[in-house]
Amino acid sequence: MTKLNAHIPEGPLADKWTTHKNNIRLVSPANKRQIDVIVVGTGLAGGSAAATLAELGYNVKAFCFQDSPRRAHSIAAQGGINAAKNYQGDGDSIHRLFYDTVKGGDYRSREANVHRLAEVSTNIIDQCVAQGVPFARDYGGLLDNRSFGGVLVSRTFYAKGQTGQQLLLGAYSAMNRQIGRGKIKMYSRHEMLDLVKVDGKARGIITRNLITGEIERHAAHAVVIASGGYGNLFYLSTNAMGSNVTAAWKIHKQGAYFANPCFTQIHPTCIPVSGDHQSKLTLMSESLRNDGRIWVPKKKEDAKAIRDGRLKPTDLAEEDRDYYLERRYPAFGNLVPRDVASRAAKERCDEGFGVNKTGEAVFLDFAAAIDRYGKEKAHVKGLDENDSELVETLGKDVIKAKYGNLFQMYEKIVDQNPYETPMMIYPAVHYTMGGVWVDYNLMTTIPGCFAIGEANFSDHGANRLGASALMQGLADGYFVLPYTIGDYLADDIRTGKISTDSPEFDAAEQSVRSQIDAFITNKGTKTVDYFHRKLGKIIWNKCGMSRNKKQLEEAIAEVKALREEFYRDVFVPGTANSFNEPLAKALRVADFLELGELFAKDALERSESCGGHFREESQTPEGEALRDDDNFTFVSAWEHKGEPSKAKLHKEALTYENIELKTRSYK
Amino acid sequence: MMRLTLKIWRQENATAKGSLQTYSLDGVSPDMSFLEMMDVLNEQLMEQGIDPVAFDHDCREGVCGSCSMFINGEAHGPDRLVTTCQLHMRKFKDGDTIHIEPFRAQPFPVIKDLVVDRTSFDRIQHAGGFISVNTSGNTQDANAIPIEKADADKAFDAATCIGCGACVATCKNASAMLFVSAKVSQYALLPQGQVEATDRVLNMVKQMDEEGFGNCTNTGACEVECPKGISLENIARMNREYLSANVKG
Repeated sequence: MTKLNAHIPEGPLADKWTTHKNNIRLVSPANKRQIDVIVVGTGLAGGSAAATLAELGYNVKAFCFQDSPRRAHSIAAQGGINAAKNYQGDGDSIHRLFYDTVKGGDYRSREANVHRLAEVSTNIIDQCVAQGVPFARDYGGLLDNRSFGGVLVSRTFYAKGQTGQQLLLGAYSAMNRQIGRGKIKMYSRHEMLDLVKVDGKARGIITRNLITGEIERHAAHAVVIASGGYGNLFYLSTNAMGSNVTAAWKIHKQGAYFANPCFTQIHPTCIPVSGDHQSKLTLMSESLRNDGRIWVPKKKEDAKAIRDGRLKPTDLAEEDRDYYLERRYPAFGNLVPRDVASRAAKERCDEGFGVNKTGEAVFLDFAAAIDRYGKEKAHVKGLDENDSELVETLGKDVIKAKYGNLFQMYEKIVDQNPYETPMMIYPAVHYTMGGVWVDYNLMTTIPGCFAIGEANFSDHGANRLGASALMQGLADGYFVLPYTIGDYLADDIRTGKISTDSPEFDAAEQSVRSQIDAFITNKGTKTVDYFHRKLGKIIWNKCGMSRNKKQLEEAIAEVKALREEFYRDVFVPGTANSFNEPLAKALRVADFLELGELFAKDALERSESCGGHFREESQTPEGEALRDDDNFTFVSAWEHKGEPSKAKLHKEALTYENIELKTRSYK
Repeated sequence: MMRLTLKIWRQENATAKGSLQTYSLDGVSPDMSFLEMMDVLNEQLMEQGIDPVAFDHDCREGVCGSCSMFINGEAHGPDRLVTTCQLHMRKFKDGDTIHIEPFRAQPFPVIKDLVVDRTSFDRIQHAGGFISVNTSGNTQDANAIPIEKADADKAFDAATCIGCGACVATCKNASAMLFVSAKVSQYALLPQGQVEATDRVLNMVKQMDEEGFGNCTNTGACEVECPKGISLENIARMNREYLSANVKG
């Protein structure tokens, strides 16, 4: 077993990043003009990285599969972005954000990386405000904050329920400025289909133009992968339809280790599945748990009556309801971290207390909040607090001002009015903490190939706290990678232009072409979606919110068999040289079918429970996740060896010098 | 379950001639989104050996701005304040005939079927849709300049534009004024945007004209069809910005 070196700088934790920046090698402005960098993906991480690298003087080529960089899926993030500004004076600090993140991740992330993230978090807010991002403000004109799960301070900055959109449009505007200056060359509707290595270093990519089908070669001195997470492995997730693992998986197959693939975040508050036609799931922001109370009926017969439509939830007496999060976790109540809330919902539904037709939903109820806010408002206005009709009207207005857009979204999808009857919610796949292994410089195990944002594994351990994904994406892209990439590129100032006319490019292009041709000529009997749906079912049922040895072993065998069937029997219509969405999808699903096997293998190997990874064999008598620090305080980094079953495990030991490993408790 | 007749614009590529084709579709559930109905149609077409209908879509939760269908003569269909992906089939009746076309405008050439090229929108943003500030990490503290809540809220409302192009597809002149004014307004309402205000509005309007978008004649259809409810006030604000920029410039 090789020991992985994360190249974490020496010295006290709080000084590491400053020391590193002081010692890191730089590239002069004149030399930067001679250096090309490819960035794949234009979400928060890729967009901010492309803009910053171009500002610094590098020649950037940026790629996205959407028709515009503004449509990357970061746009859909709702709730907010964390930063240790302590504007509320409620005791927040860099150390506390660092501590909350490591604890929230159930002690499976790197101390040094997380501390750096907490340090640069404050710069992000300054930067975004300077760019004109319209964050929510209070009546004094200063920035407002809200609370998210798993923490006891208010450090989340937000722009109503569209924080991701506003931050992404900020990064997009920074890119636009550089595109206008000619420093970024933008390739939209392009998909990366392979990495090209020359002398062991990342030197370019092969792409497919999604309009014309043309296969193109692009060379550079370094390649940055910012292609997001792989939640669509599950078929149904809150990810966009096009979100995929292909770029990350291609570099994995070329030598980049893939870390903790089984660490997946299942978000507790999503709109439940309505039928077999379902194509994706929609999140209801975690911010709703500030005011919504989660419950199921206490008695199974009541749950059944609600499922059959014989009983209305609003008619069920208070004493017949089980507010199970408040019951189990009195200290954090409805604001426990996501993994804890999701598992608790599954536990109740598995026991037969689910409340919708499929039995897989719990209630998120705003009646108590409407009453509380309504009474407050009535008091302030000097009106009758006992007039229940008045109180209800006033309370609904307050809820509308806070969550109006989310309530509207819910009503459009479910066709029920959440002001009148509780929302029905169920957990859904939302984010992947696992990803490409990177060192402190965010470089993968392939020299010159970097991974940033959700695509890498680095900061969230086994569970991500709410409002931290936006923070990490922008931290990596604006403030970390632009420094650390110089350390690598300093060796390339005399290299000169990289040519695409080389045997390495020939071979990579050839392999992409033959993969495409194989799909087009296969003429099987089943569509790509048939396989994707089936894969999603296997992973959700056997590697979902709780996992055990037997089911994981079954999943490994089933995914492998499904992959073989896919290559034998998939049908891809149309031609290679045209706009062909089923073809683009087939290329993505092919990679999910490999990742799925490694995912289950990783979950099998890690026989402890931690964060979002719950192994049934490893739980406390109360059914909480039980870590095994003696045997599993490490990052699992998998090396590709031809096929997923042969992947070789490398371990990066995690050492905690500044935080004591404790049992995570939210009771 | 519903049975529908779909009349869909089919066009092989940018240069080919297109036409409306008729398909019938059974077993449509009222709980399906419009795009899920299209998924079912495409599965059926592939089984019949017919090329599936190409359409843009990604987030399917109304915020990425990819989806862009002109349904029964309206951008994003009959419901208000929703994108095509959020439109649900319960808005239709069993036996309905539904016409589905791409967003049409000269600056939005068809790529295939219902997919159009909206990069003209990106080019307008390249011309001035930004504030020139480097990501050095040395910008001043975010709370150094208080911004009146009312202005911040209006800037936010303008900034929620998703760039889908419904305004252009709806406008009889194919004007992009609502789209461009949303970005101009966002920055015009914030102190950070003042420094480059003159160049911004002049450059963005110039690019808009060069792309071939038409003029605004204050019909207001764009505001009605906008899935995000972007207000016409933004066009008025941009006109003021443009006028004063011309006086200064």
